[in-house]
Amino acid sequence: MMAAVPTPTQDKAGAPPAASHGACITAITSGKGGVGKTFVSANLAAALARQGERVLVLDADLGLANLDVVLNLYPKLTLHDVFTGQTKLEDAILPAPGGFSVLLAGSGMIEYSRLTPTVCDQLQDVIHRVRPRFDRVLLDTGAGISDVVLYTVSLADEVLIICTPEPTSLTDAYATIKVLATTQPRRLIRLLVNQVQRPGEARAIRKQLQLVVDRYVNSGLDKPVMIELLGEVPYDATVRESVIKRELLLECAPGSAAAQAIVAAAAKHLAG
Amino acid sequence: MSISEVHITRTRDVEPNASAQPAHPAGAPLVRGLNPEVALQLLQQSGHGALPGEPLSDAWLQALIDALVDLSSRDALTGLANRRSFELALAREIDRVARSGEPALLLTLDIDHFKKVNDTHGHAAGDLVIQAVGRALADTVRPMDLVARVGGEEFSIVLPNCPAAFGPQVAERIRKRVARQPVDIAPGEAVAVTVSVGGAFAPQWVRTTARLWMDRTDLQLYRAKSEGRNRCCLEPTAVPLVSAEEKGLLFASSTFQDFS
Repeated sequence: MMAAVPTPTQDKAGAPPAASHGACITAITSGKGGVGKTFVSANLAAALARQGERVLVLDADLGLANLDVVLNLYPKLTLHDVFTGQTKLEDAILPAPGGFSVLLAGSGMIEYSRLTPTVCDQLQDVIHRVRPRFDRVLLDTGAGISDVVLYTVSLADEVLIICTPEPTSLTDAYATIKVLATTQPRRLIRLLVNQVQRPGEARAIRKQLQLVVDRYVNSGLDKPVMIELLGEVPYDATVRESVIKRELLLECAPGSAAAQAIVAAAAKHLAG
Repeated sequence: MSISEVHITRTRDVEPNASAQPAHPAGAPLVRGLNPEVALQLLQQSGHGALPGEPLSDAWLQALIDALVDLSSRDALTGLANRRSFELALAREIDRVARSGEPALLLTLDIDHFKKVNDTHGHAAGDLVIQAVGRALADTVRPMDLVARVGGEEFSIVLPNCPAAFGPQVAERIRKRVARQPVDIAPGEAVAVTVSVGGAFAPQWVRTTARLWMDRTDLQLYRAKSEGRNRCCLEPTAVPLVSAEEKGLLFASSTFQDFS
């Protein structure tokens, strides 16, 4: 089993992390729930780990965490214990199947589902402390556009929005982009479309989102928001099987079209 | 260390061999390169009283620096904060909002048809109008709010800890206060003055930039101007909803015919 907490290495081969002082931090968010955000986070992390990256997935869905459910983990120590000072951060970072590390929110985080100055500071502190130890940190945020989600996204270097081709998901993805554009200085937003029925659908969705953003959001900004497509994951029956079995798709059906698509998205993510 | 804690040290205090140098001629600056004459003239011209203490003493130099700092952060015509100190205050407020989550409102105001006042009554009258509006703004807000003149006839106000529900009331009170009182520009001659007001709240908990926040208020000011002036437009505070129009475009049938 791999070490849960890799030590920082300077001589690691491959591309340097985006941030000079440690991991590149990507917030994964969706607006609407149930679009496969946690599924994508976990499998993307596994795909990145296979490329030799030291990856941490931080369950930032403080109110209703479920990364543990997706990964079939029963953590004794969680972010909750770190926040309440009952354990050291090092001890709460756990190895997950798939060769990456996780920091789970666990239950009992309901008091953290509202943002307070204390939660702000603690979240920022945890991110600051994990940054030097990993190459990639994925923040699996909650659904919605709550203040916790917006705050979490503001702590990240990059943001990846997950949506499906469903109109409700598109609307919420667009609303998220709109709020981010008007409240945060970030101008590049990445998009991954899940449960795609026909190849190329994601490209059309990105184009249409960009069109609406150009017309209704960018017109009021001096620097336009650009949406970049990271990839599309096809609708695939094996995904549902893996979710029900609570296994990583990359482990139980690595040859499936969906798994291949996630590996391709990870490669693109690494390429910048 | 905050700026208020910085005290200057005269060179003779830090250079051990200072006593070996020839004594300073009377009235010559003790701080190398510092010529207090120009500074004193500037202070006098701006109506500043005499500085306390023995000239060139530590207390006197500190008072001189304090007075100069104050002078360089104010707008000469109105005595309000100038653009430089306003931008500093805005950055501080953003940090505070990101940390505390307290709502903060930024208002930007522009005197309506100011060019007409200047063209019809001359620049001296224009200056009187700007001064009167500045006073009206300062009189209408709380002591904790910062009123600044950020451009020719443009003012900005930062209102920390201003609940969203009060935003429109505050903006409206300011607008009415200016409109209520014509400005005397000559004996027996007064002009009616109105302002357009744009406003936006800082996003709570999120570290934004001063530029973004100002852009958002400018957009609302532009709206107030184009909707006929002498009015307030505040950015809606609720999470921006996606309008039917936007949805229409989002689901435009072309989206899903784009590939085949």
